[in-house]
Amino acid sequence: MTLWFVFALMTVAAIFAVLWPLGRAGRGQSGGSEVAVYKDQLAEIERDLAAGLIAAPEAEAARIEIGRRLLAAAGSESAPDGSEPALGGRSSPNTSNLKWRRAAAVLALVGLPLVAILVYVPLGSPRLHDFPLAQRDRAPGMQQSLETMVAQVEQHLEKNPTDGRGWNVLAPVLERLGRYDEAVRAYRNSLNYNGESAERRSDLGEALLAAAGGVVTAEAKAEFERARTLNAEEPKANYFLGLAAEQDGRKDDAAAIWRGVLAKAPPDAPWRALVQSSLARVGGGSAAPALSDDTIAAAKDMSEGDRGAMIRGMVERLANRLKQNGDDVDGWLRLVRAYVVMGERDKARGALGDAREAVANDAERLRQLNEGLKNLGLDG
Amino acid sequence: MIAESGHYALVLALGLALIQSFVPLIGARLRDPALMNVARSTALAQLLFVGASFVALVTLHVTSDFSVANVYENSHSMKPLIYKITGVWGNHEGSMLLWVSILALFGGLVAAFGNNLPLSLRAHVLAVQAWVASAFYLFILITSNPFLRIANPPIEGRDLNPVLQDVGLAVHPPMLYLGYVGFSISFSFAVAALIEGRIDAAWARWVRPWTLVAWIFLTLGIAMGSYWAYYELGWGGWWFWDPVENASLMPWLAGTALLHSALVMEKRNALKVWTVLLSILTFSLSLLGTFLVRSGVLTSVHAFASDPTRGVFILLILCVFIGGSLSLYAARVSSLKQGGLFAPISREGALVLNNLFLTTACASVLVGTLYPLGLEVLSGEKISVGAPFFNLTFGPLFVPLLIAVPFGPMLAWKRGDLLGAAQRLLAAGILALLALALVWAWAHGGSALAPPAIALAVFVILGAVTDLVERVGMFRVPLGTALRRARGLPRSVWGTAFAHAGLGIALIGIVCETTWNSEYIGTMKPDDVAKVAGYELKLDGLFQRQGPNFREMIARFDVSRDGEALSVMTPSKRSFTTRSSSTTEAALLTRGASQLYISLGDVTAEGAIAVRIYHKPLVLLIWWGPVLMAFGGVLSLSDRRLRVGAPKPARAQQRLQPAE
Repeated sequence: MTLWFVFALMTVAAIFAVLWPLGRAGRGQSGGSEVAVYKDQLAEIERDLAAGLIAAPEAEAARIEIGRRLLAAAGSESAPDGSEPALGGRSSPNTSNLKWRRAAAVLALVGLPLVAILVYVPLGSPRLHDFPLAQRDRAPGMQQSLETMVAQVEQHLEKNPTDGRGWNVLAPVLERLGRYDEAVRAYRNSLNYNGESAERRSDLGEALLAAAGGVVTAEAKAEFERARTLNAEEPKANYFLGLAAEQDGRKDDAAAIWRGVLAKAPPDAPWRALVQSSLARVGGGSAAPALSDDTIAAAKDMSEGDRGAMIRGMVERLANRLKQNGDDVDGWLRLVRAYVVMGERDKARGALGDAREAVANDAERLRQLNEGLKNLGLDG
Repeated sequence: MIAESGHYALVLALGLALIQSFVPLIGARLRDPALMNVARSTALAQLLFVGASFVALVTLHVTSDFSVANVYENSHSMKPLIYKITGVWGNHEGSMLLWVSILALFGGLVAAFGNNLPLSLRAHVLAVQAWVASAFYLFILITSNPFLRIANPPIEGRDLNPVLQDVGLAVHPPMLYLGYVGFSISFSFAVAALIEGRIDAAWARWVRPWTLVAWIFLTLGIAMGSYWAYYELGWGGWWFWDPVENASLMPWLAGTALLHSALVMEKRNALKVWTVLLSILTFSLSLLGTFLVRSGVLTSVHAFASDPTRGVFILLILCVFIGGSLSLYAARVSSLKQGGLFAPISREGALVLNNLFLTTACASVLVGTLYPLGLEVLSGEKISVGAPFFNLTFGPLFVPLLIAVPFGPMLAWKRGDLLGAAQRLLAAGILALLALALVWAWAHGGSALAPPAIALAVFVILGAVTDLVERVGMFRVPLGTALRRARGLPRSVWGTAFAHAGLGIALIGIVCETTWNSEYIGTMKPDDVAKVAGYELKLDGLFQRQGPNFREMIARFDVSRDGEALSVMTPSKRSFTTRSSSTTEAALLTRGASQLYISLGDVTAEGAIAVRIYHKPLVLLIWWGPVLMAFGGVLSLSDRRLRVGAPKPARAQQRLQPAE
């Protein structure tokens, strides 16, 4: 409410600025006519002459010059045809002028607020309050404190640049903060001072990849290959080499590499799902939609027909569950993917529509869904 | 509430400007003082509201209110306070708000101090001012609104372009805009004169100081911008003939011409029609400059302001104002009184010559700036017109102009004596030739044009000195009398001398810097030594440092000459995380008017660093010249005498006698 009160006060002030001179009608003004300027100039010459700034003959010449202009000006100002009458006599304004003044007053009283409202309302956001940073309860300085800690570690490393452990700690944090170039430098230093290891080489490759916006560059690929020469089983290096193959368009190679990774992966590895979804993306290998590890394990020993039936059953169960509770974004994504893998594009599209409808009221979930779909290559 | 109040204040300013656009005109037609006076109070109220709006935006930036899109996009909570404030006009929306704020400021000044203006003239001037203001308020509100909000404000802003995080931003744009927009006053006066169909003495008396104010600010603004580019961009260049720079040079050239023709008009009541045309052209070029910079039609050093949708709107404003005022000029010019006859050889004649050269130079810059744009539009081919074109067109135009500069003040009004002036300049000419011989003997290498150019500059400077010497009668009367006379000289005479000398000084700087500049470009490892122009620079080492919103890598150089340690220079490279970009901070070591300049490149894998080291002889003169010019302008402005230029019949003969 205070806001509208302030607006009203400002509008009143603006209207007053227009009405004020209208109310002081009839007060004439004589300053600044041409003759006055020339008279000032004549006086100036006298002053200059008295002060010795100009010599008498020059003053005389100037006086003649101004006098000539003065005569011309006086002649035109008193011209009988009225083309240049002196302004602002004290005579009261005639009726037509009064009418115009009233019109101007009405314009100020009605037109000004009208224009202000018509322009402001579509542009402004009167319901939004100010959000100066000082008054906001920030997520208690999480980012902030992380940055200061990073700065402290960096300062420490500046003094002790050979502290391999420090670089080891710093590098992943920098990567998480999005400072990829610095992360690359930190991983390089870590390699220098901590010695070679397959993990560090893969981490460096990953940072390089992040710095390149997710593209496995030749430089990154070289690091992954080095990691693999150090340890052929290193899952990260293998996963990203698969990604490199995929980005090069060699989908079969990618699928082969990833299948190899999965085969050697411990069952509880947190990155299994990632590799599986990548595998599903290149359409490699098993037709099974990567529902879950258990399902796949169970399906391994079945005949082709049984496996298909089991999968279909699971997909239906999932669909039913989602119909009752639509909040599960991951579930929706799994369902859509399953339909795609099973080649039922119409059903996939239907599920997608249902998913959008189910999470439409929740911006955060909708964003997750859209991102997930993008990863599936099913955008829109 | 601050954000919305600021927004609403801007809307109210638009409403007031609309009323101010035509109510005073009706008043002038009806000769009704009350209606005409509406112009004054609305102009003052407009200043109040736009000022409030601007203060609101500054406050939002200072308090880091990221619910305002403009603040979110151009600020960061960790930014030092000064850059939070300067960041207000370091972006398109904010700089347009600064533009209209200054426009309102000038309108308010005319309203507040225009009591000695004829009432109808003031009403017309303020109405024209309000047309310009309305157009730009609409432009801001519709296409570049700085007060748009974000419903879910982010917690941190995107930071200001790092190149702009510099003190230069605090000074350069406000100065430049004070110059650009200041010319709107003479434009409004010109259009008002055309509407009224008469130009009187009050008109001339008013236009000159306003033009002078705008010209002073523009001069300083351009010089400041040039120095900023010199030390911030890391290439050691101070003028790139970049379209954006040309956009500020063109109004300056036209404004300089206007300044001189307004002088003729004030003193001699001549050149009225021409002055009106120049007023219109100067502000049109200012508008063109705004268009070029703000519409994003250019991709250049100043490419940070690009948004094609806005271009059309500004183009429309441009067409309406330039086309409209020129049509008005064509229609009404014949009704204006001509006045003041003069002989070709006279002060007036010299100023006409000056005007011709300046406007031609301005036209050549205009062609060089717009031709590539036109070609790109027509054929899609992208070319750039650079220094060679401008050196070939602009240079030859400026040489005769500079030769003529010392003659101008020596000639009498109405009819002058060229021979007499030449005799009085004989000493300056001889000394200039001496300078030519000296430079030729001393200089090694470089362009053959450099010594003559320096001689020309010396001639211009000594010409300005000669004028003063002649006026006070130095060497002819006792020293005491001469000094007393010097004190008694009108300040405008001193102003002229300073401004003209500044021209020569800047020319010396330009010639020396471009001709005898020496450089070292290479990679250096710690403890490497580079030798440039007799200086030895040893790279001490590289250090890292954390700034408020950047990290910087500093290189330490020990500078010595002939084994004697002089100073330590610390150029650096700053990397800004938020925008993931970096800037080079050049290190400057000033020795007299010369400078050593170091800027850093990238670090190589082996820990060596690429450096560029320049020695720039007398480079500072390039900027001292304009500062001197502006100082001359201030002197002339402070001279509030009424001016009348009467012919001085006896003078030339007196001068001739001692020569015999």
